[in-house]
Amino acid sequence: MTALTVAGLTLREASRRRVVWALLVLTVALLALSAWGFSKLIGLDTELGTMTSGEARLVASVLLNLIMFGMSLIAAIGTAFLAGPTLAGEVESGQALAILARPVRRSQVLLGKWLGLVTFGCGYVVVAGLAQILVVRVTVGYWPPSPAVGLALLAAETVVLLTLALLLSSVISPMASGIVAVGLFGATWIAGVVGAIGGALGNEGVERVGTVSRIVLPTDGLWRGAMNAFQDPGALLQMGTDEGGFPFLSEAPLAPAYLAWAALWIAVIWGLTALSFQRRDI
Amino acid sequence: MTSDTAAAGSSADALAGLPPSPAVWCSGLRKRYGRRTAVDDVSFSVARGEVLGLLGPNGAGKTSVIKMLLGLVRPDAGEVMLLGRRSSDPRSRSAVGYLPELFRYQPWLTAAEVLDLHVKLARLDVDASERRECLALVGLAERAGDRVGGFSKGMQQRLGLAVALVARPELVVLDEPTSALDPLGRVDVRDLVLSLKSRGVAVLLNSHLIGEVERVCDRVVILDKGRVAASGTLAELLGQREVRLRLGGLDRRAEDRLRAAGSVTRSGDWLTVALPADDDGVTVPDLVRDLVGLGVRVHAVEPMRISLEERLLAVLRHEEPGS
Repeated sequence: MTALTVAGLTLREASRRRVVWALLVLTVALLALSAWGFSKLIGLDTELGTMTSGEARLVASVLLNLIMFGMSLIAAIGTAFLAGPTLAGEVESGQALAILARPVRRSQVLLGKWLGLVTFGCGYVVVAGLAQILVVRVTVGYWPPSPAVGLALLAAETVVLLTLALLLSSVISPMASGIVAVGLFGATWIAGVVGAIGGALGNEGVERVGTVSRIVLPTDGLWRGAMNAFQDPGALLQMGTDEGGFPFLSEAPLAPAYLAWAALWIAVIWGLTALSFQRRDI
Repeated sequence: MTSDTAAAGSSADALAGLPPSPAVWCSGLRKRYGRRTAVDDVSFSVARGEVLGLLGPNGAGKTSVIKMLLGLVRPDAGEVMLLGRRSSDPRSRSAVGYLPELFRYQPWLTAAEVLDLHVKLARLDVDASERRECLALVGLAERAGDRVGGFSKGMQQRLGLAVALVARPELVVLDEPTSALDPLGRVDVRDLVLSLKSRGVAVLLNSHLIGEVERVCDRVVILDKGRVAASGTLAELLGQREVRLRLGGLDRRAEDRLRAAGSVTRSGDWLTVALPADDDGVTVPDLVRDLVGLGVRVHAVEPMRISLEERLLAVLRHEEPGS
């Protein structure tokens, strides 16, 4: 009950603080730009001649992943910067005093905040992602093999990052927690790209960089799973194995074990946040 | 079977006959922040319907004590019971209203929405008219639909008072409730506390305004450097009275008589005699009669009463032991 009340409050904060509107404007701009770009793909004159619809689909599949990455970045930055202030900021400003002096458990308040942020972040990713997929469908006729799985994995990536931002904000200042969370997100992505290049070059040591970073912070692993669900199955074959390491194509779908690890990771980080919040002097 | 029922009935009667548990009971509260001890072995209680004033200089640990009572700060040692429940149980705060020293409410909500939120969190069914009354009580009826972000500090503190009162509290904790209010607002708060008291609601009031405390509180706890420096009812703390005398023709017998009435201090022509706390009103007339009988010429007799401020300063400057 308390958790639902706080979740509702968090969503209302997001809408009243115009976070929703800012994201909406940003997303509509991105969608419009991509629609314009995709519509120019068909019949594009290249040095090799006019692009066929098959080639256009391949390019569309790579570009869709690129745009989805942009979308996930917006969601990541948005939720990370919303998650930090929502907990630590309320403690700092004194807003938490009146709330926590009510007959509520802190873990319930935290759960409410988390649920509100998860609803907001996942809602954004699913709606904006679906709109992007439809734009691609209308402009070049490409429909990804498993859009639902892809969107779900993108949403999971957002959940991972906002859970991390919540934990950080219970330890460091609200602004710093947003910056650190987004920084870690970026570093993991780069480590993933480095690892993939290492894999393509057959260098195990470099490849391990990506693997380790994917275990430590599951955002990149989930992102690669999402890419795999969005891209044309023939894309990798057409690109050729030499092109392994290309950052906007993924070689394999996610293993169930990795999904289980991501779920466990979220649960552990959430538990640590609850513990830290429980012990905190307000 | 019958005897069991009778026994159960009589124990229920016995429970019903017991006085209700205090609104606040705390014992041995201790809190350190790093190497600094903020609160050291603080114990006191607030009875139902009683108004207790918490006094002390800045940094005495008043706000820390309040936060420990409400479960916002974890004490290093000590126990707290609120309205008969351990403070580790969130239900102990079901009927507690709190106005924090740092009063901030969600700026994106309207005043009415802030009250709705707190009613929901308190899991109470308070109808809309009662909530409106609550806002009207603190003078915000006209601003119920306005966003809190546009409120002045004084208005936010008024809203904080409404939040503390909205969930039908049995205990209200007010931490510096008039810090942002104008003189009219201060009078409003005083009336509010007195009206709570008349309804049997216990109030824990932390305020720097000693006059305010003196007017509304039944009892006072004075904190200094994290410890209870003095505590008692106003009558106990201020019960010590003095009489100032200007006398002529004093001899040793007269001085002995003066000392028998209480400790004597001299300042110029004036002698001040501290009267015992249990003085029943005859000490001064008897003293004057005896002095006249001893041939002393009595020029002036001025009974004096110590103000709470003087008492507080005396306790904090260690000029006299706390009772």
